[in-house]
Amino acid sequence: MAISVKDVEHVAKLAHLEFEEKEKIGFTEKLGAVIGYIDKLNEVDVEGVEPTNHALEIKNVFREDVSEPSMDRDKILQNAPAKRSGCFEVPRMVD
Amino acid sequence: MKIHDLTAHEAGDRLRERELSSVELTEESYKRIEAVEGRVEAFITLTKEQAMLQASAFDQAMKRGENLPDLAGIPMALKDNMCTDGILTTCGSRMLGNFVPPYDATVTRMLKESGAVIVGKTNMDEFAMGSSTENSAFKITKNPWDTERVPGGSSGGSAAAVAAGEAFYSLGSDTGGSIRQPAAFTGLVGMKPTYGRVSRYGLVAFASSLDQIGPFGKDVEDCAMVMGAISGHDSKDSTSVNRPAEDFTKGMKDGVKGMRIGIPKEFFGEGISEEVKAMVLEGAKLYESMGAVCEEISLPSAKHALSVYYILATSECSSNLARFDGARFGYRAPNYQGFKDMFIKTRSAGFGEEVKRRIMLGTYSLSSGYYDAYYNKGLKVRTLIKREFEKAFEKYDFILTPTAPSVAFQIGEKSDDPLEMYMSDICTVPVNIAGVPALSIPCGFKDGLPVGMQLIGKFFDEATLLRAAYSFEQASGVHRQRAQLAGGGENEI
Repeated sequence: MAISVKDVEHVAKLAHLEFEEKEKIGFTEKLGAVIGYIDKLNEVDVEGVEPTNHALEIKNVFREDVSEPSMDRDKILQNAPAKRSGCFEVPRMVD
Repeated sequence: MKIHDLTAHEAGDRLRERELSSVELTEESYKRIEAVEGRVEAFITLTKEQAMLQASAFDQAMKRGENLPDLAGIPMALKDNMCTDGILTTCGSRMLGNFVPPYDATVTRMLKESGAVIVGKTNMDEFAMGSSTENSAFKITKNPWDTERVPGGSSGGSAAAVAAGEAFYSLGSDTGGSIRQPAAFTGLVGMKPTYGRVSRYGLVAFASSLDQIGPFGKDVEDCAMVMGAISGHDSKDSTSVNRPAEDFTKGMKDGVKGMRIGIPKEFFGEGISEEVKAMVLEGAKLYESMGAVCEEISLPSAKHALSVYYILATSECSSNLARFDGARFGYRAPNYQGFKDMFIKTRSAGFGEEVKRRIMLGTYSLSSGYYDAYYNKGLKVRTLIKREFEKAFEKYDFILTPTAPSVAFQIGEKSDDPLEMYMSDICTVPVNIAGVPALSIPCGFKDGLPVGMQLIGKFFDEATLLRAAYSFEQASGVHRQRAQLAGGGENEI
């Protein structure tokens, strides 16, 4: 299936990525080639086959509801690009 | 013999016999690193100060006569996607170029508890996406057997470090072949355990239903020893399986007499080099000479595994990597207009080309209108692939295939064509899709470059794989050859 520049722009928006025009054209080719390969799956008959999300059938993993100490706040904040008053600092989100 | 050519278990024996101290052994590793690292470029970060402290702690414990674990005092390397408290963990990405984890991954903690000496963090394809270690944001790792060639990937740094004698063993992670393919390219034994066998807590996530941590060693015994140290249930990883601890070296020397081996014809078809095919089939003959029975089998859905892989792995990665937004840790773009633009600018500048390509592909597969055609279809074909393996294992003890279609390729040879690069994982991805364990073992050389053979086993039956691999190794002796990289750390023992 061919991928258009418009498709690339739509998917980029969903993925929170931006590209220059030249890169978008590059993506139409390289993504198109991979999707063309993946489309070989159309040959496979999966009528009545259940999907496997996970190799092992593990469901509903619980633990005892016992409280444990949390990680130290300063340690959590040590990698923050910006912080203030013991919080992560980010641009204003609500007008 | 040179010290850096020893296997981990041989080095451990020298420590226990007090022929060497851990400080001497660790110094030897750093001498070797100093001498060859400029040519190999296996490491992103070296941790000499901590390593020397760990080494002298071992030596003091030895002096006190303490009974220490097998891995204690032996220098090793960790792939740079496993969190190390207080030590840079970059995942080969600009996005995490300054990330110093505030905690240890479970494997890091377990290794520390085993007394391991961590010499450094190894280079990798960014976010483990790649098959050559050319996709790192920092450097290109070279193959110690021929520094014009790639070491494989994505765990190429961990493979090259061991093959070059810079560390005695290492850990890698394997989502579609990222331990086994570099092991094949660098003449090492590399194992991807059963999904759920080793905790993924503190492993930077790529594709969570496929990722698994495992060892690189110079021989099977090293891998078995490391498997014993890193396996086990972890309440911090909800996909980790609750099984009793196992000693994987037990039964390793019991031979293969009477074992039944399946040889799937689909893994010997188009795209696999003739020499590789011939060498793996020679391996099958060697097994027959030791009393095993080899039969041709068919796994017809395996040919779709690569398509399934590039749907599932990219979909999971697009979801996992959504967390990199510049808000809490890692890179944040310097200039932006508001919070949404901060996400976009951060992600666009922080991720490399291949990572963005895979996020785009995964986002496309999961997007409205395509979900059923791609993601859901992929999950259904996964069921078929898994069933075929399960059926084969009703009759066979393990399955034998090539690990990679060829020997290590030249640096730059495949970097412009993603599809051709993806093809180098064609023999390894079906294993991750099914979740079963597999290992790669060296089975010969072509023009001086190692060729790898893959053994695929039943769920949680790593022991049979290690036993069969050990028999092969003892009979063939291929594992005794080392890459020849002269200069430094050349002390004999």
